[in-house]
Amino acid sequence: MQQEKISNSLKETLHKLHHYLPSQGPLRDFIHHNTLHAFQNQPFHEGIQLCSQIFGSKVYLSFSEYQKMYKNGDITDAALEKTLKKRGNEQIQKNDLLRAEDNKIFTKRIGSIRSLWKEKYQLDIDHRTQPLLFRYLSSYLDQGVSHWWIPTVNDGFLKSMRDLDNNPFSSLFFCSRGRARKWLQDEHTSLENLLKILVGDESLFENYLFDQQFSHPGWSGIVSYIEHEPHSLLNSKKITLQEVVLFELLLEIDYLDHNLGINWKPLASFSPQKVDLFAPLVHDQTTLLMSIWQEAMEDSFYNSVLSTIQHSAQRSMRDDNANTLPKFQAFFCIDDREISLRHYLEQVEPEAETFGTPGFFGVEFYFRPDRSSQITKLCPAPITPKYLIRESNSRHSFKKDILFHHETHSFVGGWLISQTIGFWSAGKLFLNIFKPSLSPATATSLRHTDTASDLTIEHQAELDRNLQVGYTLQEMVERVYNTLMSVGLTHNFAEVIYLVGHGASSVNNPHYAAYDCGACSGRPGSVNARIFAYMANKANVREKLQERNIHIPSTTIFIGAIHDTTRDEIEFYDESRFSLENNPIHIKAKRAFLKALEKNAKERCRRFDIVPLSITPQTANEHTKQRSVSLFEPRPELNHATNALCIVGGRHLTKNVFLDRRAFLNSYDPHIDPQGEILTRILNAAVPVCGGINLEYYFSRVDNLKLGAGTKLPHNVVGLIAVANGADGDLRPGLPSQMIEIHDPLRLLLIVEHSPEVALAAVQRNPATYEWVKNSWVLYSCIDPKDLTVYVYCDGKMEKYNTSTDIFKINNIDQYVTSSRNNLKIGIFEDINHES
Amino acid sequence: MNPNFVLFLALFPLVAFVFSLLIPSREEKFISYYSIFVLGVHLITTHLVSLLWLIGTEETIPYVGPLIYSTDNVDFYFSFMYDLITAMFSVVGSILAFLVLVYSRVYLHREKGYKRFFNTILLFYAGYMMVILSGNFEMLFAGWEILGISSFLLISFYRERYLPVKNAFKVFSIYRLGDVGFVLAAWLCHLLWHHNIQFTELTHLASEHISLISATLLGCLFLLSAAAKSAQFPFCSWLPRAMEGPTPSSAIFYGSLSIHMGVFILLRTRPMWQLSPYVPVLMFVGGIITALICNGTARVQSAIKSQIAYSSLTQIGLMFVELSLGLDFIALLHFAGNAFLRTYQLLVSPSIVSYLMREQAYSTFERNNFLERWFPRPLAKGLYVLCIKEWNGDYLLESLLWRPLKKAGNFLHIMLTPFGITTLLLVSAGLFTYMNMVKDSVDNVPHILSLLLAFFGLLMVLLSFSERTHARTAWTLIFANHVWITAAVSISDKLSWTEIMVYLSGATISWGAGTLLLMYLKTKEKALSLKAFQGHVYEHPKVAFWFLICSLGLSGFPITPTFIGEDVIFHHIHENQFGVALCAALSYIIDGLSIIRIYSRVFMGPHIKITHEVSNRSA
Repeated sequence: MQQEKISNSLKETLHKLHHYLPSQGPLRDFIHHNTLHAFQNQPFHEGIQLCSQIFGSKVYLSFSEYQKMYKNGDITDAALEKTLKKRGNEQIQKNDLLRAEDNKIFTKRIGSIRSLWKEKYQLDIDHRTQPLLFRYLSSYLDQGVSHWWIPTVNDGFLKSMRDLDNNPFSSLFFCSRGRARKWLQDEHTSLENLLKILVGDESLFENYLFDQQFSHPGWSGIVSYIEHEPHSLLNSKKITLQEVVLFELLLEIDYLDHNLGINWKPLASFSPQKVDLFAPLVHDQTTLLMSIWQEAMEDSFYNSVLSTIQHSAQRSMRDDNANTLPKFQAFFCIDDREISLRHYLEQVEPEAETFGTPGFFGVEFYFRPDRSSQITKLCPAPITPKYLIRESNSRHSFKKDILFHHETHSFVGGWLISQTIGFWSAGKLFLNIFKPSLSPATATSLRHTDTASDLTIEHQAELDRNLQVGYTLQEMVERVYNTLMSVGLTHNFAEVIYLVGHGASSVNNPHYAAYDCGACSGRPGSVNARIFAYMANKANVREKLQERNIHIPSTTIFIGAIHDTTRDEIEFYDESRFSLENNPIHIKAKRAFLKALEKNAKERCRRFDIVPLSITPQTANEHTKQRSVSLFEPRPELNHATNALCIVGGRHLTKNVFLDRRAFLNSYDPHIDPQGEILTRILNAAVPVCGGINLEYYFSRVDNLKLGAGTKLPHNVVGLIAVANGADGDLRPGLPSQMIEIHDPLRLLLIVEHSPEVALAAVQRNPATYEWVKNSWVLYSCIDPKDLTVYVYCDGKMEKYNTSTDIFKINNIDQYVTSSRNNLKIGIFEDINHES
Repeated sequence: MNPNFVLFLALFPLVAFVFSLLIPSREEKFISYYSIFVLGVHLITTHLVSLLWLIGTEETIPYVGPLIYSTDNVDFYFSFMYDLITAMFSVVGSILAFLVLVYSRVYLHREKGYKRFFNTILLFYAGYMMVILSGNFEMLFAGWEILGISSFLLISFYRERYLPVKNAFKVFSIYRLGDVGFVLAAWLCHLLWHHNIQFTELTHLASEHISLISATLLGCLFLLSAAAKSAQFPFCSWLPRAMEGPTPSSAIFYGSLSIHMGVFILLRTRPMWQLSPYVPVLMFVGGIITALICNGTARVQSAIKSQIAYSSLTQIGLMFVELSLGLDFIALLHFAGNAFLRTYQLLVSPSIVSYLMREQAYSTFERNNFLERWFPRPLAKGLYVLCIKEWNGDYLLESLLWRPLKKAGNFLHIMLTPFGITTLLLVSAGLFTYMNMVKDSVDNVPHILSLLLAFFGLLMVLLSFSERTHARTAWTLIFANHVWITAAVSISDKLSWTEIMVYLSGATISWGAGTLLLMYLKTKEKALSLKAFQGHVYEHPKVAFWFLICSLGLSGFPITPTFIGEDVIFHHIHENQFGVALCAALSYIIDGLSIIRIYSRVFMGPHIKITHEVSNRSA
């Protein structure tokens, strides 16, 4: 599509806009990312403070919140003094911190130029232009809500609007005979000319455009995202930010013409002062105090974590003589929701061994479910797979629900339906409130693939949509090898090994994709688990692995499964295919899983105010199942709330540590990776993914109104691509308040099991990964396997960290998890061989 | 069946609401269980009563209570009634309200304003039941006002954001416009039949002969009021804008109950508007137009709640058509089905993303090009644009109704300075006293004077509506308006001091208390301008609450005698005093608007002291 040529400075402005606007995509593929990624090239505190000065968002908690944590003991005195010494200056005393008040007014650089319309002409330009603009945009980008499609050519937003306005009956504008309408039809209308009319002075153009686009960052952000990722929409649409800016300028001119006649003067005639939006940070005392509190809060937590892990590593080194073969093994995703399940599984069955690896299990592909025409990507977002896997012989089918359909909105259909089915919906409502159950409205991971359907995993020289169908033998071997090496499982294989992917179930949740596995681009990891199991079970794959020194005994069977994290339910795949129905280990393992799931549900339920703390594990599990299908439950599960850590290392580091479901655990063996190459691969995935999740939760927590999505209660789904408040509101990217309420905004701490030299080299290998660490957007530390000293990254080096010897000890986990609804202290389990 | 059941059904929710205000806001569990219990009891009672009624008499059951107030020509009875219409509306209303409350118990968990939400829903329910069970215009109007204010409070539930407050005000202004239709209709009824009418005597009264013009006017006023309340043409655009509160409140108000009130009014007052043959025709045409326009608009909506809103309006348009054709029973069934359907659809609307995404994965994408198939392309495009712009409804309402008011007010502002106002007040006071002395001797003087005074009153309130700088001035001007109107009416028709006291007492106390509150707030906040939203409820929630009470008192809400007084005042306006009636009616509307404007500007909206998180204006 031809776009007009614009001057370099305007091109630069549009480029900057794209950089700073929110970059959240359509809801279908919700991916957690750093909300303030535009500032990632600067050190953390400087970056976020600059963002606050430009856009007016809050980037730290308030003083009263920090001071309350200090009173509770969640922020320790030692941490506060240490941070004060490290980051403060001579003028700041501890008392200043303790007595600071929340009376600083948040100012922002943006918005001052465009507000002149209201000041000088008493015209509230947003009041009239924004509702129209939003409606036109959402009609154009709509993915299936509206019944009648936009009756124009589908060749770009501007062309579409031009076509639409080209009718004698009604106009998109106020003035049907106005110049804005003429200019829309004229293909030579240029951005520059319009800006000259509105603003006048070229040096103010950037200010004006920023003011304008950031008055509705939601819509501008999604337009900018779709411009760069047109395939993110199922029904793809061409749109560019430049077109939208041009159209919005026309709407503004039209509105001003309508109210003021033609002879109004551009804004430059009021001689406004140009604002340097990207001027360097202006330092001030209050913000410095806030940053000190923030780091003190982080350090209080991390000190206890590092000390506990060091202590645990010391103890298990002494106890470590695991030459006994585990009864069964299980691979889980690194997701923080899985760590408690892993712990309970190991508790219920002490001879089980668990591992953590990104939930796509190293197999990347596009998936086409049975009876479907669409393909979805099932691997991390940055990877573009070359493979396609098709499903067939599935027993699942799509069940319809007429109440979602357009017939209810039509004239006659609506009349008929409201007289008949209308009454039935009262019954449906009654049932769902008093006895919720799975329905077509539920989004659930259990329907992603059928337990016994067929998958085209073997490549048979077929190509489909330019993708290779299935894998060749060599490709299978590569993938199995890489995954086994990455978790460090190269010998000691149990008889049954489970690959447990994860997904979620919820209803009435537009952000449902955020709850599924991020490593599978926001989808459940069930198909990946099935494929890996199949590949690892193949005799010829195992033969080739033997050549690489990985000996999988012929009695070992791999089996894929899915853990529904909302319902705390597990489903196993291909049990008959691999003749596991009567396998005694599998039967025993299934029982262990079920018991572990019940205990997991109970630990999760402590966070739900409505559930009594003294609930039994069985009742807890029933409750979690019910929660996942209740229309009225805005918190089906708590997803990644409270996440704070990412631990890359052996299980001995964490097996006996209570981590309160706050850590991403990635299994890793430093001894088979002396140069840290596998570690680099792991970090290249873990840092952006876990860092992205952590920072999205951080920013949605500290400023839920500007950087988050606000409360989800008034949300209105727009075009199936985003949510907005009410009918006239802007789109709301970010996380809703219900997802981040219990989250403490701590930056992610990565703990790697390796020597400091290798740990540093591994993270520095990839500049993109290193940027996160160098600028302190994630914190990096390592524990040396040789002497268990802890080092923390600081200014380009790994510095020795002084851990404390004051370790919190937990006697009975069942009692401990019912002792409070708030964050529990990280501690170590006293009795290693405790009863289940 | 005992008429006392009717009284219980009508008053129980109101009493429950008052008690619910006393529960401390931290006790989420208590608040929700109390509300559910109350509504559960009422649900069971409603069903029992309807069952008894069906099995038993199936005749209208009146409850005529005590005479609240009586003068020569005004009898204000506390009366209720029960008939088929009441039965259907009360059964549907109680089921939906109960289900939505149970839904909200968990849905609103940990939300700021939990108690406020349940209180307001109970208030709404009390108003709804009062309207449904009312036995005369006065009771109906009391319930009507309660519905109006609870709608305002629920739309602006997220009162710290800009859009909910602005839209709540917009919706409130349409309601107020509808209210005046009602007030004038009640006045006209009183003129025609010379006493306060009970609904049970409507059929009997209708057999008396009245002029075609009066009948048409009466019917049109009821139709206006119904159309405003049910968002019929030309008022369609306010409905999607009302969806700013939490989804359950949108479901219960705009999905099901509040939006069908227009249908209820027409059902109730059928004997009246049937008298003129023109009114059913108007109703039919209006209904068809609404159904067609809203159907088109619904089909192009790309936001789910707006889509459901417009399709609900389409069905209500069809209900108006059914009423115009005399198909009352079908309209009742239609109401019930539509209410249940839309409530469910709204409550389940966020699931549409995952549902449609799954459906699209399993089927091919079909473009629905209905417009292009049936119309030539230019017309198809034109229709599409019109539907997207909601047929310019919002813009038309603003430019035809509110903009002229604002312009008039601004013009007055420029004309008058504080000095000018004081002089005017003094001169007029003098005129008043003089005229009172000579009025028995000269004939037409009273009428002209009356009109002048009423007109002055109107000017006061226009000034108040456009006042931008001083909140207290705007507030006082409203009180001044009440005084002027009283003066106007007392000139032409002798008002006893009791009557004046009844009317002005509530207003005076409210005005006084409100002024004190504003003065207190000013000492804390330095300036109280009305130029933009101040959001002071963030730091002064108690002041905001009491000021709301004062606002309601000053605007004639049924918590003070001023409510009765308004009625009384109107009944003293003679039939040839259309000018005075018009001024009084306009004053009444703009009064309410100005008061709510003051309240929302001072206390609601984004807080001007940005020491904490504040959302974007467009959020």
